[in-house]
Order: sequence, then C-alpha cells, then structure tokens
Amino acid sequence: MWEQDVAFWIIALAMAAASIGVVRSRNIVHAALFLVVVLAGAAALYILLVAEFVAWVQVLIYIGAVVILFLFGIMLTRAPMGGEPGQLDNDQRWGAAVVALFVLGVLVALLVDAFGGKNIHFTDALVEQGKTGTVGDTLFRQYLVPFEVVSMLLLGALVGAVVLARRD
Amino acid sequence: MELNYFLILSAFLFCVGVYGVLARKNGVLVLMSVELMLNAVSINLIAFSALNHSVSGQIFALFVITIAAAEVGVGLAIVLLIYRNLKSPDLDKIDELKG
Repeated sequence: MWEQDVAFWIIALAMAAASIGVVRSRNIVHAALFLVVVLAGAAALYILLVAEFVAWVQVLIYIGAVVILFLFGIMLTRAPMGGEPGQLDNDQRWGAAVVALFVLGVLVALLVDAFGGKNIHFTDALVEQGKTGTVGDTLFRQYLVPFEVVSMLLLGALVGAVVLARRD
Repeated sequence: MELNYFLILSAFLFCVGVYGVLARKNGVLVLMSVELMLNAVSINLIAFSALNHSVSGQIFALFVITIAAAEVGVGLAIVLLIYRNLKSPDLDKIDELKG
C-alpha cells in the first residue's frame, strides 16, 4: 500500500502549493495556470480512489472547458498583467487569512474527531464501482430525474449567459 | 488508506478558496477561488464514495462539476457586464449602494 501513500503525498503537495499560487499569484494568467495544476491533481486523486469516469470528466470539463472560459474572461476584461503588488488583492488580506485559518482549524479538528482511524479498503468491488458502465447505469436509473433537471439548469445558464453578455 | 488524508487535503483547499474569495479584488480571480472550493467538495464526495463502496458519491461529484460549469458561464458573463459598465473588473468598484 505504500505506493499509494507516496503517490498521494506527491499529488497533495503539488495541489496545496498550486492552490496557494492561485490565490497569491500577482499575474492573473499564472493564477489560471496554477488552477490547471490543482484541477489535474484532483483528477489524479480520483484515479487514486478508482473513480476513473469522474476523473476523465474532470479533465474534460474543468481543464478543457472551464479554464478556457477563465482565459477568455481574463482576455475580455483586459486584466492587468503588470504584476505590481496589490493590483489584484484588496486591503482585507490579513482578515481573510485569519478567517481562512480559523475555518481550517475548526474543520481539521472536527474531521480528526469524527473520521480519525477510518480506512478506505481497495477491493475488487470498489474497482467495479468506478467503471463507466456502473456509473452510467446508476445515473440513468436511480438518478434520472436529477439528471434531467440539471440539463434544464445548463440550458437556463446558457440562455442567461447569452442574455447577460449581449451588447445591446 | 486513511480517509482523513483526503478530507484534510480538501479542507485545506476549501480554506484557500475562502481566503481567495475574501482577499481577491478581480472578479475572475474570485470565480477561480470559488472553483477551488467546489473542487474540495468533489474530492470529499469521491473519498466518501470509496469509503462506503457506494456509487452515489461519484454521481454527486458529476453533478457538482456540471453546476460548476454553469456557474462559471453565468459568473463570467456578470463579470463581463461589470467590466463593460465600470471599465474595470474589480469588485470593490461596485459601491453604488454605499450611503
């Protein structure tokens, strides 16, 4: 099992460092590229947890579509690239850091208290469950109504985005 | 593998996202921080799906990814509108309700 631990720690350290990069980078394009590292790390974690279908959806939707949307947004709003300090941050940085550390402390204490000592067992049944066929079966039998609702939500978001961004 | 590895990593990512939402001024960067928080939630869902040997967590993660994509589309349209009206994507310029 030690290989999985090593893989986890490598991915986790990369994700943690890149997430700090997203919120601290002075160049907005670099922040978007750090976000790619975080999202790819999450996909790698899904593969580590044998959820291969979700991992590939993550790569396609997040890295393929959402990051491109972000880059379009950066381009269209002519975001500053100069890199002067304080250009992208407001003046409540220290308050935000205190709030984030407080939330982190509370969450970690709760998680250690509630789930300490629980282990994920990697069995053949778990591998079977991560397969595309199983996920598709469950999605189109048990979760058919939420699936249709979410497709209506996507349609609404599409129409809404067009209405908002039109120029007249 | 210990479950808490995944949960604590995702708690960390969530808190970095909270910091980003509070400390960033540019609207696009605030949306990126929201993405960090949503990703942390997805990691939690997948970890619990593996713990309980139940596929529902993966379905929920798929829904979270879908809704995140919709949220980014509308959010960027709003940031674009703010930029067009105020000539700046900075969210602290929206202070017309200030007395």
